[in-house]
Amino acid sequence: MTRRAHGRAPLLAEGLFRTAALTCAAFVLLVMAGLFVVLLYRSRLSIHRFGWGFLWSTAWDPVRDNFGAASSIFGTIISTLIAMLIAVPLSFIIALFLVEVAHPRIARPVSYGIELLAAIPSIIYGMWGLFVLAPLMATYVQPEMQKVVGKLPLFSGPPMGIGVLTAGLVLALMVLPFITAVVRDVFALVPAVMKEAGYGLGATTWEVTRKVTVGYGMKGIVGGVFLGLGRAIGETMAVTFVIGNDHRIAASLFASGNSIASTLANEFTEASEPVYLSALVELGLILFVVTLVIQVLAQLWLARLARQAGTIA
Amino acid sequence: MTSTPPPDVAPPRPAVPETADGTRGPAAAAEQTKISVRNLNFYYGEQQALHDNSLDVPAGSVTAIIGPSGCGKSTHIRVYNRIFELYRDQRATGEVWLDGENVLAPGVDVIELRRRVGMIFQKPTPFPLTVYENLAYGLRLHYRVKGSELDDRVEQALRAAALWDEVKDKLHRSGSALSGGQQQRLCIARAIAVEPEVLLMDEPTSAIDPVATSRIEELVVQLKERYTIVIVTHNMQQAARLSDFTGFFFQGRIIEFGTTTELFTNPKQKQTEDYITGRFG
Repeated sequence: MTRRAHGRAPLLAEGLFRTAALTCAAFVLLVMAGLFVVLLYRSRLSIHRFGWGFLWSTAWDPVRDNFGAASSIFGTIISTLIAMLIAVPLSFIIALFLVEVAHPRIARPVSYGIELLAAIPSIIYGMWGLFVLAPLMATYVQPEMQKVVGKLPLFSGPPMGIGVLTAGLVLALMVLPFITAVVRDVFALVPAVMKEAGYGLGATTWEVTRKVTVGYGMKGIVGGVFLGLGRAIGETMAVTFVIGNDHRIAASLFASGNSIASTLANEFTEASEPVYLSALVELGLILFVVTLVIQVLAQLWLARLARQAGTIA
Repeated sequence: MTSTPPPDVAPPRPAVPETADGTRGPAAAAEQTKISVRNLNFYYGEQQALHDNSLDVPAGSVTAIIGPSGCGKSTHIRVYNRIFELYRDQRATGEVWLDGENVLAPGVDVIELRRRVGMIFQKPTPFPLTVYENLAYGLRLHYRVKGSELDDRVEQALRAAALWDEVKDKLHRSGSALSGGQQQRLCIARAIAVEPEVLLMDEPTSAIDPVATSRIEELVVQLKERYTIVIVTHNMQQAARLSDFTGFFFQGRIIEFGTTTELFTNPKQKQTEDYITGRFG
């Protein structure tokens, strides 16, 4: 009896487990494909009407049913770019501090604090951005920036506080903990002997980090950066609060703008006409495709890096 | 004779400076001393790992450090270049004199010390860079070299490590694509590229196959003309083959130190004899 139980039951369990695992894995792909098909189908009206021109048209006129995605795409790219420009170097420095410099007694609470930042709901960031950061920007930061850089078009216009720059700052704060956490883990995972080899040659902490640690952990670091990028590009609530929600492309970072996600959040409920709704769904489709393309490019780039260095496991 | 043997090694010619200005030791004799260790104690946190180590490493020779696992061999040489300082809870007291300068003294330029005292590890540690960049990395840390001068010095170091012929067509491929033995010679090349005076080797062949091991051993013998080499090994045959001097460590103490021939053929201490005849360890 026992013999049979040992002989047959595991085989059956193995088969069941395989099937279950395969189903779960396939489900993920099905959801992806399903999302894409639904987005494509629901945006057919808009695609027929505006064609490729939708991508670079700056029109957004619900009264005449004339829509274009350019300003939303532009706002998404610029606010994400600002966020990444600030968050990536800052995350690096923080992670470096936590792993290589700080005493564990300091590193641990700081580490926890950063992880807590990641747990704050995005709407809180949005409210904080609107009620705290935006007034600060309007009263102090933006006028000072205008004084320093003068009349550059990038910083022209009235310092209202809300706008693309503030949205970028809030986004930077939101993605910072994600990138920091990943980069910190990557730094900590580099084998001690690799670092010793660097120090043993007479390198400083910075020199070891720059070539040895970063080289060793490149895959993880890129992964962390893209995790942050993915969050920034689709972030909705926080951006909607502070970006100003204006369908235009302005040269100034102080001006109001919009992003794909903020447009969707703001206008879905008011979209009464089928074309209007369809245009919004097409915006969603664009966001979906852009995020997918970024992920694919990141993977390709990593594969190329791995071929060149031949190291990254 | 199971009692603790005398830890002091009675070195013939220590490099400890006799003059008050502390410039140079009396090292002008035939057998020049490169490194003099005096009363070195080492602690991992509260736990003491080395007890009153004293020895003299003669210049231009290979000195082997043998002993059973956990006896403090690696710990001992990791003091010479102060690499242990990377870890907060590790602490050394005593003196390590390198050419009449105590490297454990405050104010020593650790970066210059580590240029002068290179280190090779148990596992090959190629940086995630190309072969060429692995060498250029160290060179750029210490010298202002570029272009063809840098190329030349990379080539010189690779030739000195007997690796040039094997990698000259792969200079711009990844260092970790080389075989294990080649990686280890790459690390040796990287260490000697910055013109050190001492090479510390911490069980450099323990992760390497026998054929590659014998190539590295040949290399070590070649290199001793230009560098003072201290090699930690758990392989007694290797110590006997390669080294001119041998120190036997046990439980953090130096039980015996002397010429390799003497130590292996006529050990003075019972523990040494037991170890080299394979009775323990």
